[in-house]
Amino acid sequence: MSTVDVLGPSSLPPTPAAEPVVEHHRRRRFGAVRGMPLQAKIGAGILALFVLAAILAPLLAPYGRNELDFNNILSAPSAQHLFGTDNAGRDVFSRSLYALRVDLLIVAAVTYIPLPIGVLVGATAAYFGGRVDSIVARICDVLIAFPFMVLVVAVIAMVGPGVKGVLIGVPLVAWALYARLARSEMLVMREQPFMLATTALGYSHRRAILRHAVPNLMRAALIYSTLDMVVNLLLLASLAYLGLGAQPPTPELGSIIADGQNTLLTAWWVATFPGLVVVLFGVGAGLLGDGLSDGDLHGGPQ
Amino acid sequence: MVRYLVHRLALAVVVLFGLLVATFFMIHLVPGDPVKIVLGVHATPTAVAHVRHELNLDRPLLTQFWLYMTHVLQGHFGYAFTIGAPVGEVLSQRFGATAALLTYAMVIALVVGIPLAIWAARRPNGVADNSIRLGTTFVFAMPAFWLGLMLALIFGLELKWFPVSGYETGIAGFFKTLTLPAITLGLPLATVVVRTLRSSLLSVMQSEYIEAARSRGLTERRVVGKHALRNSMMNTLTILSVNVGFLIGASIVVEQVFQIPGLGTLLLEAVEKRDYQLVQALALLAGTAVVLASLAADVIQAYLDPRVRLAQQ
Repeated sequence: MSTVDVLGPSSLPPTPAAEPVVEHHRRRRFGAVRGMPLQAKIGAGILALFVLAAILAPLLAPYGRNELDFNNILSAPSAQHLFGTDNAGRDVFSRSLYALRVDLLIVAAVTYIPLPIGVLVGATAAYFGGRVDSIVARICDVLIAFPFMVLVVAVIAMVGPGVKGVLIGVPLVAWALYARLARSEMLVMREQPFMLATTALGYSHRRAILRHAVPNLMRAALIYSTLDMVVNLLLLASLAYLGLGAQPPTPELGSIIADGQNTLLTAWWVATFPGLVVVLFGVGAGLLGDGLSDGDLHGGPQ
Repeated sequence: MVRYLVHRLALAVVVLFGLLVATFFMIHLVPGDPVKIVLGVHATPTAVAHVRHELNLDRPLLTQFWLYMTHVLQGHFGYAFTIGAPVGEVLSQRFGATAALLTYAMVIALVVGIPLAIWAARRPNGVADNSIRLGTTFVFAMPAFWLGLMLALIFGLELKWFPVSGYETGIAGFFKTLTLPAITLGLPLATVVVRTLRSSLLSVMQSEYIEAARSRGLTERRVVGKHALRNSMMNTLTILSVNVGFLIGASIVVEQVFQIPGLGTLLLEAVEKRDYQLVQALALLAGTAVVLASLAADVIQAYLDPRVRLAQQ
């Protein structure tokens, strides 16, 4: 395992911990991109493209997200309709762009809200150790043991279909993944000289955890989050496919694919292209995560 | 060994208890009155009171939990209103298809994953290794239902090798109707097998006993197949058991794509009709399956590998 030098140069993603010198931080961020392996660069490029497409969806989409055109029903992919049209003549490309916007926003929320919470809980538990630590570890075990999809579907059964179920159900478990990851790292880290030094220098527990431990735990959590994003996007798409996600008229990638299922034989493009969008995003995140963890880091669990 | 078993079993019991608590509270998290949702808004107050009493929802919380726990332990999972049968009966009707599908998917994951992992590990960062890695990245990023649809489109609708939906029992019917769904479930799992097995093979290949085996002049085939694979399979076994939860989750969607009457489609029906006791029982069953799978994996590992059981003492 690589020992992480607090101030040393690194080829790693930036830690979002508050650092007083913003300028220095920014320079380091671009330095980090340059130092990344090619694989990670390609992955980061794909992700950046998708995020940009999602943000600029209203500008990029040639048609409205629910613009009907009954003269152009189920037309094959062409220059006018890159991904073809569906059985109501709606442009699948425009719908996919708007859907991407919805999906990425939810994915970002359910991935990056639980992350800091989990890291903080895991770090604190392992820092103090003892009974609190074992209770936290057990709770994480229970939550992680539970089939994720079943849990989210059960939550949806309780609160009704829509995005709400995902926003409640996913963070309920997701923090535990990061807590377990941070906890196992912290158990090692708390014995390292720089952490022992915080005690010797008389820093408060709060300062030791927040300023010294958490920034170092963040890197593994962030790398793991690339995998988590893919898992969450797949979950979101699956729920939308089952009709349990965002309700019409809001398109989601999964619900566009579900619409296309009925016309699979006559119009394969309706179900195929939105699926490829999901796959490509996942590949981008996968390449980024792999590339970063190859750089002699300890990546996520497994 | 006994000590390890007792320790591991106690841990499983703790987790199972946690599952009971979690599923118990599920029904209490429903916004509004679950009884009114079950009966509809036009239910008479007497009917509501009656059902509430039947469900024990008028008792103190601790009593309710005690009743829930003792009933579950006796195999009483409640009554599925929307189907009109005890939950246990409904579950046992639907269990077969899902169990067959999950087993078939696991077999496919191993049959596809193990050879690919060995191939990739033979020359790390070689052409084969990099292609396999890119391939697994792609397959892992595919939504299960989308992969299912694409397989149905190609092998069902175009080539007509398999039906695109339905379920038949019997060996022939099993292979006919479950092959496409099992591939859909098994391929993403195979990517996990490939990655885990590849990296543990690579680390095992560095160890001295492999060098010893090589220096004794064993063929590479024998070194990998007989010596390296055995130790590397341990990790793979654990990872497979960890992924039982993932597999169960994905099976919900895949059953829906191929219209297989299993527990996954049952869960969706229950959610749609808001049959809470059925949802509760299915969630409990899924959680229990995961706990038992990881228990089984740990016990098998401890039985096969003395290092595991001795490390605990």
